[in-house]
Amino acid sequence: MSGPNTNYDPVEVTPLRADEVAAMRDEAVAAIESASDLDQLKAVRLAHAGDRSPLSLANREIGALPPQARKEAGQRVGQARTAVSEALKRRTTELEAEQEQRMLLEETVDVTLPYDRDPQGARHPLTTLQERICDVFISMGWEVADGPEVEAEWLNFDALNLGPDHPARTTQDTMFLEPLDAGVVLRTHTSPVQARTMLSRTLPIYVICPGRTYRTDELDATHTPVFHQVEGLAVDEGLTMGHLKGTLDHFAAAMFGDGISTRFRPSYFPFTEPSAEVDLVCFVCRGAEPEVHACRTCRGEGWIEWGGCGVVNPRVLRACGIDSHTYSGFAFGMGVERTLMFRHGVADMRDMVEGDVRFTLPFGVEI
Amino acid sequence: MRVPVSWLREYVDLPAEVTVKELAGRLTLLGLKLEALESPGSEIAGPLVVGQVLDFDIEKHSNGKTVRWCQVDTGASAPRGIVCGAANFAVGDLVVVSLPGAVLAGGFEIGARQTYGHVSDGMICSARELGLGDDHTGIIVLEGGEAAPGDDGLEILRLRDDVIEFEINPDRAYALSMRGVAREAATAYDLAFDDPALTLAAAEAGLGYPVRVEDDQACDRFTALEVTGFDATAPTPREMSRRLQLAGMRPISLAVDVTNYVMLELGQPIHGYDRAKLREPIVVRRASAEEKLTTLDGVTRVLDPEDLLITDDSGPIGLAGVMGGEATEMSATTTDVLIEAAHFDPATIARSARRHKLPSEASKRFERGADPTLGPVAARRVAELLTRYGGGTIAETGTVVGEVRTRDAIIIAADLPGRVSGFGIDAESAVAALRRVNCETELVDGHIAATPPPWRSDITDPYDLVEEVVRIVGYDKVPSVLPSAPAGRGMTKHQRLRRRVGLVLASRGCVEALNYPFVGAVDFADLQLDDADSRRNTVRLANPLSDTEPLLRTTLLPGLLRVLARNAARGQLDLGLFELGAVFLPAFGDRPKAPTLSVDHRPSDDELKQLEAALPDQPLHLGLVLGGYRSQPGWWGAGRQTSWADAVEACRAVARAVGVEIEVMSGQLSPWHPGRCAQLLVGTVVVGHAGELHPKVCQQFGLQPRSVAAELDLDAMFAHAPDIVAAPSFARYPVAKADVALVVDNAVPAAAVEAALREGAGELLESLRLFDVYVGPQVGEGKKSLAYSLRFRAPDRTLTEVEIRTAREAAVQAAAERHGAALRTS
Repeated sequence: MSGPNTNYDPVEVTPLRADEVAAMRDEAVAAIESASDLDQLKAVRLAHAGDRSPLSLANREIGALPPQARKEAGQRVGQARTAVSEALKRRTTELEAEQEQRMLLEETVDVTLPYDRDPQGARHPLTTLQERICDVFISMGWEVADGPEVEAEWLNFDALNLGPDHPARTTQDTMFLEPLDAGVVLRTHTSPVQARTMLSRTLPIYVICPGRTYRTDELDATHTPVFHQVEGLAVDEGLTMGHLKGTLDHFAAAMFGDGISTRFRPSYFPFTEPSAEVDLVCFVCRGAEPEVHACRTCRGEGWIEWGGCGVVNPRVLRACGIDSHTYSGFAFGMGVERTLMFRHGVADMRDMVEGDVRFTLPFGVEI
Repeated sequence: MRVPVSWLREYVDLPAEVTVKELAGRLTLLGLKLEALESPGSEIAGPLVVGQVLDFDIEKHSNGKTVRWCQVDTGASAPRGIVCGAANFAVGDLVVVSLPGAVLAGGFEIGARQTYGHVSDGMICSARELGLGDDHTGIIVLEGGEAAPGDDGLEILRLRDDVIEFEINPDRAYALSMRGVAREAATAYDLAFDDPALTLAAAEAGLGYPVRVEDDQACDRFTALEVTGFDATAPTPREMSRRLQLAGMRPISLAVDVTNYVMLELGQPIHGYDRAKLREPIVVRRASAEEKLTTLDGVTRVLDPEDLLITDDSGPIGLAGVMGGEATEMSATTTDVLIEAAHFDPATIARSARRHKLPSEASKRFERGADPTLGPVAARRVAELLTRYGGGTIAETGTVVGEVRTRDAIIIAADLPGRVSGFGIDAESAVAALRRVNCETELVDGHIAATPPPWRSDITDPYDLVEEVVRIVGYDKVPSVLPSAPAGRGMTKHQRLRRRVGLVLASRGCVEALNYPFVGAVDFADLQLDDADSRRNTVRLANPLSDTEPLLRTTLLPGLLRVLARNAARGQLDLGLFELGAVFLPAFGDRPKAPTLSVDHRPSDDELKQLEAALPDQPLHLGLVLGGYRSQPGWWGAGRQTSWADAVEACRAVARAVGVEIEVMSGQLSPWHPGRCAQLLVGTVVVGHAGELHPKVCQQFGLQPRSVAAELDLDAMFAHAPDIVAAPSFARYPVAKADVALVVDNAVPAAAVEAALREGAGELLESLRLFDVYVGPQVGEGKKSLAYSLRFRAPDRTLTEVEIRTAREAAVQAAAERHGAALRTS
């Protein structure tokens, strides 16, 4: 490169003439604009912005000019180069966007292709329904109590005021372990968990007891010898049938929807006194004009039998060591299969037993 | 209990406008639960009239049938000509004729039709055609004088009625009678009730048939009354037999029908003996060993010393309160009858009925508690009905042994009903309610003293009175008040983990099944368990549902494998199934019996421990079975068949969810493939097995080849689950990676090589992953190459090349020393 020339006035150097610089710039910008893809643009960049491009070469000449001319030429070339590089940037952005768009278009797939590579899973609706029920009570501060399925007769019967002559205590109704006089049965209800709870927990007690139970029924559309119950027990000072009703109304509304309440009918259970059957307002027809609609769920009665309940018999409290003068309690029990049947319209109990996945899968993991 | 409403209305003056449905509804709210409503006869529409056969010709037809061409007076101006195929009537008999336009049972429409060469202008009806039973052997012939030609047949035959069927709870024995249901109906409508037991005549006690009661605890009252000169062949009046039929009992003969009728009417079971066959005196006593009795059903029964018997000099003549004996049964030739109306101890009758598997209408009432005062009234009632319809003479006096025991008053605080029910029931209301149910009730000093009526043996406790009060005041008055439980702690760890395990498996594409826990020897055989396998040590049921499955499961696998096969048979081949459930493990050796403890007080802790000791262990297990494709083939590429590794990995996933680390070792246990069975441990405790099933097991259960299974003892795993997961600490310095490929003998387990690498690498090793297994010519026969990537990191510095190399070499060195591992060079 030449050294600075300080002795001369500005000299005309052809490439640095304003019109020449403008021409170079315009040519470069035009080339850039006309580049149709990034590869072309790359070539254009080399030709018009590379080290050997006219503007770069012109730039080199600047140093040889006298100071005043150098300044002017420098500005001129600098502006031209800036214009070119901006044009490059702009065009690059444009072409990149175009290319991306083209690429995305090319990558289009048929998203409607079915994809069933991985197997579906599900939990049994009897399990999830028990959990759902428990959750209603847990949210009220109750706790979940468990007990064994093979149970001592004393806990399954005697402690619950089902004396030795109670008709349920025969091989007709109850499955006994061998030998018959071992005093051990497959529990016929979840009520022994109530007894266990009263024997082991400190008062007050508010527990919900879900679980499997056994009776000698034949399997058919509405019976299964192995079934599930959910029982609730509360023992506290001053509990009444009103509290039982309030609890069941809340339970009913939580399971079947707002406005679904219960009614009591006098009944008999050895472990409660007074005892009641609990009916549920039919959540399908809501008891409205049952004769006209002939609701299939409640058979036009407006009520659905749901379970049994009552005030804990003081004899039961006594056997479990609870002072019935200070404390009172209430208890209730529902069949989970039955609840599933009318809550979800299951027509045949065998569907719950056979394990056919076509029954279970639609229930998913929560109910 | 089936209640014909026309019969019920005889005892209670129900307003005419009360509908059957409403009545049933009100009684349901009083505790007599409606089972069903029936309207027998409602499908039969007239004209149905009484006709008198004036004349008939017997005609033989070419098809071999003989019919009668009858002229029947149906009350019209001219007789009707009717063809009839039956032959059980004579000229002058009264019959029931359905005229053209009538509709009979089953929607059968009657019209005048051409048949056997005549126009039959109606039909003479059989019992079956009118829904009166199954008798189709002949037509109905009315008693002479019962009706006149042209009378309405519907009415004469009492075809139409309403029947309410109630489910009677065991504490309401009194409602197993018209008397009891009528009493409740009167209560429901607040009507007066005239108790027939008080208005009917009673047998006078005197010198009747000799009776001795040896066990007055089991039989506190025995009434006997004789009727002589009675005609056993006399027909039962139509109204009585129709009522029995509607109540669900089969009319048999006048004597039997009358005893049943009075039982249904009053609730007192009655037995009638053929007086001529009795060898006096009657003795009520317990059986002696090996004594026998042939009961009315023709079965000869060996008696138990606890059975209560009615006997005479010939021996047992009845199983008290359950069923009479064949030898003294009434027959068509019986002219003298001895009527028994006794009261027995409920438990005694219940045990006999159960022991001999002989539940009868009588035992049902006695075991729930009959009214002890009824005997003399009921016996007299039977005698009167017998003689009214069958003639004969009632003995002037009968025998009445035993007194009705007086009952003590039950005393409750007057505010107890209100405190229990949760709404204001004042003392006066409570007293009124108890009087309504016939308790003799007094209010004294804030206490109510109530003596229940004799038919209410169920009322024994203060709370029984409370129930009666609330029942009468109305269960619908109970308010709805949500109690506030103290703050709870949510679910226990065990409960939370159980849910989590279910969710993990469902999210891995497995479906939960809930199987019965009953298994049999065939299940163990199909699982290929050898004789010494501990899972063959089972708890046995005394009365299993099926004789082939008398055992309780010790493993969840048989049930799951059968469900897997069932699904496959129904076309669902590619499946994972799991079950969370208890297995039942008896202790080795004799299990102690569960003691019978008192119910008068809390058992001691020792006693409760004895109860627990009698129970088998019942740990929660997880069973898992998988078969078919685990990944489906499709447009995305090839599918993947289930492999042993899916079973093991599912267990690892469960362990991760539970928060425990499981160690996998090679194991050998049926039903798994001996070379493809993983034993799973938490610490030193074996918690389960996983792997591919033995080919024979797949074959036995009808499964696809290479189905896999796992079983875990969740209780054992949950015991190791952390209560709190400690947060990890980790360094932010760069990681250093190093790969090693080691050649070892085929028999060396990968887990062992991994353990050696970890130990050799020391603290700087952050993680290690097996990324390839190679078997082939490059490593030589009997060898395999295991390729691991190791990641090193220090908590406090960036590692140097030297440090990394040293750690890596130490890792390889450890593997070399313990397992003869050599660095792979090719």
